[in-house]
Parts: sequence; C-alpha cells; structure tokens
Amino acid sequence: MTRAAAEIVAPAGSTTGTRAGGGRGTRRARRIALNGAGLLVALFAAFPVYWMIATSLKPSSEIFSSTPRPVPAEPTLEHYREILTGNLIPGVTFADFFLNSVLVAVATVVLSGLVALLAATAVARFRFTLRTSFLIMLLVVQMIPLEALVIPLFLMIQRLGLYNTLPSLILTYLGFSLPFAVWMLRGFVAAVPKELEEAAAIDGASRAQIFRRILFPLVAPGLVATSIFSFITAWNELIFALTFINDQDRYTLPVAMTFFFGRDDTAWGPVMAASTIFTLPVIVFFLLVQRKMVSGLVAGAVKG
Amino acid sequence: MTTLTEVPETTAARETPARRRRPVDRLPYLLLLPGSVIIGVLLLWPLGQVVVMSFFKLDNVRQLRGDRDWPWAGLGNYADVLGDPFFWTVLRNTVLFAAANVVLTMILGTLVGLLLNRLGRRMAAFVASCVMLAWATPALTGTIVWKWIFDDTSGLVTWFFNALPDGLSQALFGRTDWTGYGWFNSPLLFFAILTLVVVWHSFPFIAVSVLAGLKSVPSELHEAARVDGAGPWKAFWKITVPLLRPVFGILIVLSTIWDFKVFTQYYVLAGGTQDRPTFMLSVYSYAEAFSPPPKYGLGAAIAVILTLILLVVTGLYVRMVLKQEEDA
Repeated sequence: MTRAAAEIVAPAGSTTGTRAGGGRGTRRARRIALNGAGLLVALFAAFPVYWMIATSLKPSSEIFSSTPRPVPAEPTLEHYREILTGNLIPGVTFADFFLNSVLVAVATVVLSGLVALLAATAVARFRFTLRTSFLIMLLVVQMIPLEALVIPLFLMIQRLGLYNTLPSLILTYLGFSLPFAVWMLRGFVAAVPKELEEAAAIDGASRAQIFRRILFPLVAPGLVATSIFSFITAWNELIFALTFINDQDRYTLPVAMTFFFGRDDTAWGPVMAASTIFTLPVIVFFLLVQRKMVSGLVAGAVKG
Repeated sequence: MTTLTEVPETTAARETPARRRRPVDRLPYLLLLPGSVIIGVLLLWPLGQVVVMSFFKLDNVRQLRGDRDWPWAGLGNYADVLGDPFFWTVLRNTVLFAAANVVLTMILGTLVGLLLNRLGRRMAAFVASCVMLAWATPALTGTIVWKWIFDDTSGLVTWFFNALPDGLSQALFGRTDWTGYGWFNSPLLFFAILTLVVVWHSFPFIAVSVLAGLKSVPSELHEAARVDGAGPWKAFWKITVPLLRPVFGILIVLSTIWDFKVFTQYYVLAGGTQDRPTFMLSVYSYAEAFSPPPKYGLGAAIAVILTLILLVVTGLYVRMVLKQEEDA
C-alpha cells in the first residue's frame, strides 16, 4: 500500500527525466506530466482531511451506504449536534473534554512562553560562561525520546501526588515544549535591534522597564508563533494523558476520542464530527506558523 | 531564519567589552534559572531515573509512591528482556518498520520536494498547501480517518475492492466479497497500513525541507553545469545531492528517531496495546509497564534499550558528519 503511495510520484518524475530535452512538443508533455504528478500528490495528501470533513456532514444513511458519495448529497449538521449536546458518558459531555484540553493547552502555552522568553533573552542578549553549554543542552534534550520518559514521569507524578489531575499534564507538556520554544524565541529576541534598548538605557530606563516596554512588545509576534507550537504539542499529546488521568471527567480530548471511538463498533458520523472539531484549530494555527517550523527544526539541527 | 540565528553572535560580541567591566553579571543566570530547572527536573532527571528504575523489581504502584521497598534486581530486568525470544521479534518489528518508513518517507518527500521546485508558481502553491494539510493534521485524527477509510463495511478501500470486477478480484486475491474483511488482522497488512499512515503524515516535512534546500542552491551552479554539457540527471547527482547532503543527513536522523518510537498512530490503529504480534519497542515498553500486572522495572529496561539504540543512531551520524568534514 505504501509502495503504491510512493509510486504515485515516482513514475511521473522519472519519465519526465528521460524525456528531458527536445522540441516544444516534449516540453509541453513534460509540463502536463509534472502537473499531473502534482495533482496526484495533492490528492494523496489532502484527501483524508477532505474525507473527514465530508463524512462528518453526511447523514448516517449516506455514510453506511455500499456506494460512497464523493460529496455529501444532503449535508447535515446532525452529527455535530449529537456530539455537542449528548452525554458521552453519564454526566460528561464533549464540551467537558474540550474544556479540559483547552485548559491544559492554554496553561502550558502561558507558562512555557513566559519561561522561554526569559531564557531566550539570556542567550540572545548576554554573553556568559555557560551560554554555549546551555545551547548545546537545548539541542541534546530535543533528541530525548519522550516515549521513554513515561515510566519515570509517572513515578514523579505519583510522588508529587498529582496523579489523576490536569496539572500533571501541564507540568509534563511544559517540559516537552520548552526546549523548542527557547530555541525558536532566541532568534526573535536577537532580531530586535540592540540600539533601541541602548537608547532607552541612555534615557534612564531600568532593565525591567526596557524588558517590559521595548523588548516585550517587539518580540510579541515571535511569542505568538512560539505559543502556537506549544499549544499544538499540548493539544495533540496522547500517551501521557492516557497514563496520568484516571477519571473519565478529567480526560483530555485525545484520550476521550480513543476511549469512546476507538472501539470496534464505530459510529463514524459523530467520530468524524469530533475529529473535525479537534483538527481544525490545529490546522489553522499550524498554517499560520509552519514556515518558522521548517527553518527552526533544520536550522536548529544544522547549528548543532 | 538563518539571518535571525546569526544575529545573537554579533550583538553578544558587541556587548562583551561593556559587560567585562563588571566582574560577573548575574542577570543572565537568573533569567536562565526557571528554564534550566524545568528542563532539568522534567527531562534530564527522568532520563536518569528511567535507568535507575530498570535496575529494580517494581511491580506495584505503591512502590512508586514510596510506600514500599524497591528490591534491587541488578541486571535481572535486562536478562529477562534479552532472554525472551519475544523481545527479538519486537526488535525485528521495530527495526524493519523504522527502516521501511524512513526509506519511503525520504524517497517520497524528496521526490515531492523536487516536484514542487519544478512546478509553476500557482501549481506549486496549490500542491504545497495540500501537502501542508497532511502535515498539520494531528497524528490522532489523521489515523482515525485512515481507520475509517479501511473500515471493513463502509470504508472506501473495502468499497474499491468490492467494485473490482469479480473475475479479476477472484483471480488476483481469491475472493470477490470484501465486506467484513479484516484489514488489520494480519500483522503484515497491519504494518503496511501503519506505514501508509506514518509516511502520509511525515513526508510533508521532508518535502518542504528538501524544497528549502533546493531553493538555497545557487542557480549559477546549474547553469554552469548545463554549459559544460551535463544533463538534468547528472546535474542532480553531481550538484544537488552533494550540496543537500547535510540536510539529508539531518532529515534521516530526525526521521529515524521519529519512526523508531511511533506510538499514537499504532495505538489508534491497533485499538490499544493488546496485539502482541505487532508490538514495537515503544509499545512493548508501555504495555509491560502499564498493562496489568504492571512491571515498571521491566518496562524501564526496554525504554533504556530503545534510548540506547537511538543514541547509537545519532552518534553514528555525528561521526559520519565529522569524518566528512575531516576528509574535505
């Protein structure tokens, strides 16, 4: 199956390679082949997202019919209504899980942004003995397989008495999102012209004032971008949420979704509606900042 | 972004003489304190702790809370893990899965990167946006949709195979009715679908990174090659590939690290951590530790083995890069 997926592009790419050179006709043929390959790639990449949304809008009769319709014939919001108003378990609604997820993600974003900004200012604005060591450490910890930390962090959460609480997740995600957040923010801090701060210092502003009145407003856009990454990290996380939370009314959305929908007999309409609600904010946020992510990851790795 | 990352060096350098007058400026250390504490406590300490735990016999949550003793097991957990033939099945699953996924992701990602570089501006923007969608979709919901596509009654794949002419379907697969066919029942088919899901999710990052690399190759080099009579194939291998080698190296290491510890996609497709024949190291470690009866020590030993393997992968790569630079 995967091989087939890989070959979607391969044949078109190689034929254009061999046909290269020649007259106007072959150039036209090559262009058509390239565009065709592009459309196939676009279809492969985007189809599941489209199918999720399309299914969520179909009435159950269309979803379970033996011949699937590519476009919903009679679009309906019934599955969204069912998800948003019904109780998934007695007394717990989709809104509760959504709220748990929002709470955890927002707390992670705020704490991580604050701490990362302080650390990023230190490495971007000062030169001190341990600066390089700290930067290398940032790179190294990003290589730690987080999956290997479930057991020791479970131990820590048990010892702290935080088992089965949302703060256990906030703490965990804070640790996971911080190294990348510092790494990314230090670029934004460094981009603020030093002269502005020097001018303020000459005018008698204290360091705290310079930080609050000059650096902070100018770094704010970078802080927003960084926050989005922390948000996505916290919002998507499954394993730790699965392990640290016991009571169903404290589940985050990912756990609730695997718990209620991952079972054998699946009601695909509501599942796709819930998946859409879960996915759309991430896609919107992601598209806002994806460019920074590529350069952040690759530049980060290169600089090592 | 590269320019942004260059800046701190110069500003910091400019700052040095002014700062040198004071003996030690405590401010940067104060600013680093909260971040260092968090990284130390939440990432570095657990990393050490998982090693410590792997040397103890821990099979009760009360031991974790500190209410009961930790009996020393020495290398007992490692002996148990390595002596179990099942571990070697899991290791084989993990390595083959990771290898297949890294190779397929790199090939597909590179081809798409090259394609995006060749397409017209509008078409490239359209394809890139679609590719971004696959990347942006959370692993969780992406996998749920693929599970729906492979649903055994109303899924698209089941529909497609049912729609094949009966004679063809009979000749190729020995069956005509695919309704109720268990796509996830045979380990091989399960791994194939898991590979599809993971490659779908991870090729966009490779494609975009390769594209970024291609854009940074000066066009003069290709023009010079063309003047010297090199065809596109030769130019690709002699110019593009060598220049992109560092980028490829990083991408391969990152992909290897990611594909070695796939968990969310596995968890959703397999519907939990009960399907032992398809276990991989991360799932195995988790299942030993948290499925009743809990064996935290044993799970920790498996987690340490997983970490060591990834450490070796990263180490090999670093050596490779250093050697290349020495030779150059």
